[in-house]
Amino acid sequence: MKNSIHSLKKGEKATIKEFDIDLVPLKLLEMGCLPGNMVELLQIAPFGGPLYLNINGSHVAIRIETARVIEVEIIK
Amino acid sequence: MSIQNINVALIGNPNTGKTSVFNQLTGLNQQVGNYPGITVEKKMGFCKLPNNIKANILDLPGTYSLNASSIDENMVIELLLNKNDKLYPDVALVVTDVENLKRNLLLYTQIKDLEIPTILVINMADRMESKGISLDIPYLEEHLKTKIALISSRKGHGIEELKNLIVDYKNIPNEPCLNASIIDPEYFKSLQHAFPNQLLYKLWLVITQDVNFLNLDRNEVRSTFTKSHSELKRLQQKETIKRYQFINDVLKEGLKVDHTVATDFRAKLDRILTHKVWGYVVFFAILFIIFQAIFQWATIPMDFIDSTFASLSALAAERLPSGILTDLISQGIIPGIGGILIFIPQIAFLFLFISILEESGYMSRVVFLMDKIMRKFGLSGKSVVPLISGTACAIPAIMATRNIENWKERLITILVTPFTTCSARLPVYAIIISLVIPDERLFGFLNMQGLTLMLLYLLGFGTAILSAYILNKILKIKNKTYFVVEMPSYKTPLFKNVAINVVEKTKAFVFGAGKIILAISVVLWFLASYGPGKNFNEAEAIVIERHKDKPLDDFEFEEAVASQKIENSYIGLMGKTIEPIISPLGYDWKIGIAIISSFAAREVFVGTLATIYSVGGTDNEATIKSKMQEEINPQTGEKIFNFASGISLLLFYAFALQCASTLAITKKETNSWKWPMIQLVLMSGFAYITALLAYQLLK
Repeated sequence: MKNSIHSLKKGEKATIKEFDIDLVPLKLLEMGCLPGNMVELLQIAPFGGPLYLNINGSHVAIRIETARVIEVEIIK
Repeated sequence: MSIQNINVALIGNPNTGKTSVFNQLTGLNQQVGNYPGITVEKKMGFCKLPNNIKANILDLPGTYSLNASSIDENMVIELLLNKNDKLYPDVALVVTDVENLKRNLLLYTQIKDLEIPTILVINMADRMESKGISLDIPYLEEHLKTKIALISSRKGHGIEELKNLIVDYKNIPNEPCLNASIIDPEYFKSLQHAFPNQLLYKLWLVITQDVNFLNLDRNEVRSTFTKSHSELKRLQQKETIKRYQFINDVLKEGLKVDHTVATDFRAKLDRILTHKVWGYVVFFAILFIIFQAIFQWATIPMDFIDSTFASLSALAAERLPSGILTDLISQGIIPGIGGILIFIPQIAFLFLFISILEESGYMSRVVFLMDKIMRKFGLSGKSVVPLISGTACAIPAIMATRNIENWKERLITILVTPFTTCSARLPVYAIIISLVIPDERLFGFLNMQGLTLMLLYLLGFGTAILSAYILNKILKIKNKTYFVVEMPSYKTPLFKNVAINVVEKTKAFVFGAGKIILAISVVLWFLASYGPGKNFNEAEAIVIERHKDKPLDDFEFEEAVASQKIENSYIGLMGKTIEPIISPLGYDWKIGIAIISSFAAREVFVGTLATIYSVGGTDNEATIKSKMQEEINPQTGEKIFNFASGISLLLFYAFALQCASTLAITKKETNSWKWPMIQLVLMSGFAYITALLAYQLLK
């Protein structure tokens, strides 16, 4: 099964892989969400709310719908 | 040597302390206004530099990149693309946060491509030690092709050095620091070939952005060099990757982080503040403190202002020679000004709390926590900010919706924000609550009046959210669910920033609303002091005639004449005309007048009653409150402001859209008259019905 940011557990780190950029806002790319960069899941808002991430040193929150389309490789 | 004026533009990502740098450079020497035609806030300041140079410093809206996604960001691009603009910078300062240097440099590389002399300001240098960060400034200056000012706007370090760099702006390099056009050499080569006199990056911005650009026909550029949306975005992604590659290469040498030193204050605080239980507990506790405190603290200076102006009126009436002019001053202008100044304590408190929440970085955590809940109602987590700042004033709140990416969520936020209890409602609430709710404690510690006020705030929020839910079901707008919010690091709010913000906002409010209130008070005074026909002009004779069996003493006579006059003045006749419509709500014609004038702005309510009662009464010294307390309905002998009519009034003011400025801003932000008209009709209709029900059930 392919992993996305959505499938990360709290505290897990991963490397961003290729993804369909049409489904992701440009602003997120500019925040550093680019293939090859690192992402860490810091916090999950309750009831399926946004994910609080550290992407390449930037701290951002995004919604699950967006997190789902960004494929990652989990770093063990 | 003569004085030389130069333009300096401050550019930077949000949360880099750009405004603190601005405040450090300009002190209190600032002006806040709007750019012509648009409601983007324009902050200008002045700064004296060495060598007789005077700098006009422009604080541009915070932006993450030159790929604009809001009108605030568009403004930045339009200014930077237009060399003929009188604000076009001689030198740009790109403000960055040392902890987020990598991301902040993205915007920097874009600005450099515009070939504007650019100084790189690296802010928050005071945090370097605790974060284990060290910088190789000469290396960075060489590779980023700039001069660097390492400063701490918080501590005031490095500001003088920055000023010296600005003075020396002619020696600041203005060439780009990387060549981004290699992402598609063929395309950019032919683009440059077609427009040899234009900057390549400018052309690229014109193609990708929705901005106006003088001297260049956008259609001309686009028709030959157009690409599909998806292709353009792919290129923009490549461009972004290219820029980051460059930045990473430079920072690999220029910036070292010792992770063993870094203390993670952010993580510790986040563990509590974004916790699934504690996060909400803290948020609601903060809201509770704000509201309970505002009602308790603000009443002290408010009572003082109220009684000061009452005695000032009395003094004016006593000392000035009697005549129309004195009446106008003591009964129209002085109560009018008092009616404006009385808001200052509460507005200042609200802006104080809001700016502390924003400055500290806490507001983003609220956005994070509330997003899922808000989405159930068709709103975004980002709607929390407008809904909270709506408690100060709906106008900046509606402007604050601009960073909501999703148009449907944004539109719904704009439409429901006026339900939140803005500060203009506060004086109305405050005076009515103090008249009809007993000043007692519930369970020994909850002040009943404070509790009622809090309930009214909750009612405002609740109605806003409920109507959002309904609108979400009705409105058929398809949209992508984009949502990206930066979580800035926590900072202790700077006193100077908060103070300047509070003073600026309060001033803007008092002068903006003040003009309307003062004008309305004067007009009201005229309408209340003159009337048509016999009933008004022969009031004395009528009163004598009416009481000829049992003559009145002097005092009673004066009172009777005054009330005969006010009832038959122009305003009295207007009030009497609408009385049938409002009497089912429990209001008399005087309140009717206050409601009519409130449609210009709600806060006029208290001032209007003050004017009507001072014209109608002979006693200038009593406060507005005591005058309202003594008002008796001549038919029933009951107090006008009783529990039922009080609650009915509170509900009416909670729901009705009585604010011309809100309608104007909704029109601007939605670009049509349709939405403000829907707002006006639905909100005011709803207000009438609930007030009617409340009075009929409670009386």
